[in-house]
Amino acid sequence: MRCGIAGVGVLGPGLPGWEASRAVLAGEAPWEPGPVVLPPPAALPATERRRTSAAVRLALVVAAEAAAASGLAPDALETVFASSNGDGAVIGSILEALSTPGGAISPTQFHNSVHNAAAGYWGIAAGSHCASVSLGGHDDSFAIGLVQAVAAVVSRRVPVLFCAYDAPLTPPLDARRLTDAVFATALVLVPSDAGVVLSVEMAERAEASSAGDLAPLMAGNPAARALPLLQALAAGAAAQVGLPLVDGGAVVLGVEPC
Amino acid sequence: MQYSGEMPAMLPSLAIPAFTAASAMGTGLAAMREALHGRRGGLAPCDLPGMPEGIWVGRVPGLEEVVLPEALARYDCRNHRLAELGLRQDGFEAAVAEAAGRFGAHRVAVVLGTSTSGIAETEVAYARRDADGALPADFDFAHTHDLYALPRYVRARLGLRGPAVAISTACTSGARSFLEAQSMIVAGLCDAVVVGGVDTLCRMTLHGFNSLELLSKGACRPCAVDRDGISIGEAAGFALVMRVEDAAPGSLALLGAGASADGHHMSSPHPEGLGAISAMRAALAAAGDAPVDYVNLHGTGTRANDAMEGNAVRVLFGNGVPCSSTKGWTGHTLGASGALEAVIAAICVADGLVPGCLGVKEPDPGFGVDVAVANRALPVRRVLSNSFGFGGSNCALVIGQG
Repeated sequence: MRCGIAGVGVLGPGLPGWEASRAVLAGEAPWEPGPVVLPPPAALPATERRRTSAAVRLALVVAAEAAAASGLAPDALETVFASSNGDGAVIGSILEALSTPGGAISPTQFHNSVHNAAAGYWGIAAGSHCASVSLGGHDDSFAIGLVQAVAAVVSRRVPVLFCAYDAPLTPPLDARRLTDAVFATALVLVPSDAGVVLSVEMAERAEASSAGDLAPLMAGNPAARALPLLQALAAGAAAQVGLPLVDGGAVVLGVEPC
Repeated sequence: MQYSGEMPAMLPSLAIPAFTAASAMGTGLAAMREALHGRRGGLAPCDLPGMPEGIWVGRVPGLEEVVLPEALARYDCRNHRLAELGLRQDGFEAAVAEAAGRFGAHRVAVVLGTSTSGIAETEVAYARRDADGALPADFDFAHTHDLYALPRYVRARLGLRGPAVAISTACTSGARSFLEAQSMIVAGLCDAVVVGGVDTLCRMTLHGFNSLELLSKGACRPCAVDRDGISIGEAAGFALVMRVEDAAPGSLALLGAGASADGHHMSSPHPEGLGAISAMRAALAAAGDAPVDYVNLHGTGTRANDAMEGNAVRVLFGNGVPCSSTKGWTGHTLGASGALEAVIAAICVADGLVPGCLGVKEPDPGFGVDVAVANRALPVRRVLSNSFGFGGSNCALVIGQG
């Protein structure tokens, strides 16, 4: 499968947006991880904005960055959101509430607990009626999410906004699903070879690509499995990226700058 | 860069050579048929511990006794027991094995929807925390609670090696799996896909809908003028899909599918049902705008959702097409509902049946549509099946004779 990449967004420790992170990702500047600022999504009405959690803000920041960079109207993009943990903080809070006598939980937290909450808030912010899908995939979330997004582009000839995001879980669940830091990335994928060309194939096996100096970030966040691809895009050279899957098989990505 | 904005391509029909389901209305197609024709629903007062008081649910009997294969014992949880029960019905395993033999196990994908996967295991683990607040050592997050656990289990259970995908778009998850399969087959990623959805009763869901004051005090009565909310159920629904030319002639088919987003509110539908209308239009257009003979409504039984859907169906069909919700038999099975109702649609096509809503004396006259409240026997060539969910997610399928 082949498609074009028309816009990129990224946010994580020491990676404050795509343009601001290019030198670090290209290996031309040192990576200096620090706290990540998660602004409330300005495009949402005030009531909805207040209800957004860290995970949703994280997803919407990179989605908006990639959409803006693509030059395409945000409401014209189908979306694919991939996340291993979804909104782990909200789910943790509900699990705590269920453990109290009576087990009453907050209605707002309940509707924010769905895995497609980020997609729902994006649709409201963008005023979009385009189809949207939300996926979970444990450590394969980025790879499988990207496969589905590119399959949508290739099969239906539509531009697709793909967003992979993950935030740490809360105690005690965090001890069983380690996620060190917040990380998110988004790509606007288009059915043409203009811009950078991305190829995506399933393979029996592939050697896992390394994120070099950013390896600790890649190991500590499922969405950060995107880093080798982002590094290749930042370097602007042809590259191949291997993403082995948890139960065998692999996704192999190719990048060809035009 | 600019995208030229060519028209999206329509995806071709897919054959559905095998399908099955397990829910409160019955395990397997024969039991489902009997329940539909005999108008015997599966809802009953909730007898699971720690649930809200005075509600009814659609519980699948016997799940406690289902045993997973020993090699996959780490996946053991209520959700995978229900998946296992479903896979054992109606020759489904054999049909998948035949496809894997023909195309290669790596060319058969697994795409399944779930809203809460095996979170019930985490609920229990939270109640068993030690003095330091740590979860018990035997709690296995990745193989139970994690969304990916469902397709991983089914993929391993069926001996498949194609891509595994967990879809979680709330109550459209099961329906949405059919659209993802279409894209994957057209894009050349695989030749066949096991699609469907599995969701099980858990405290988070029941207390969550209770917090929204959306639970009925009895068996839900979708489309009734005096409907008072949802009954939650659990279900597994599975279908094997492939290119029409790869299946036996005359196989049931997914004739069209459509999806949209409301972009309106997280838990309330667009009041006029604009997103629902657009998803139905997309599905009907993909099916060549051929007439449908029955609309299987999402019809959960809440005041707002049913009114929205009634409005949306009236805009498209007036009162010209019979419609009903089958959630009076099964309850709302959330991320499985789209898959379960695709299987119900298949039965309706095979049997020439429009199953009238259960327990509804007077349909809501405000809808202005033809709500069936008794079973009707008539030729059903094509069924439109609707699913709508939190986050403004909408999905519609057209199922019929290929």
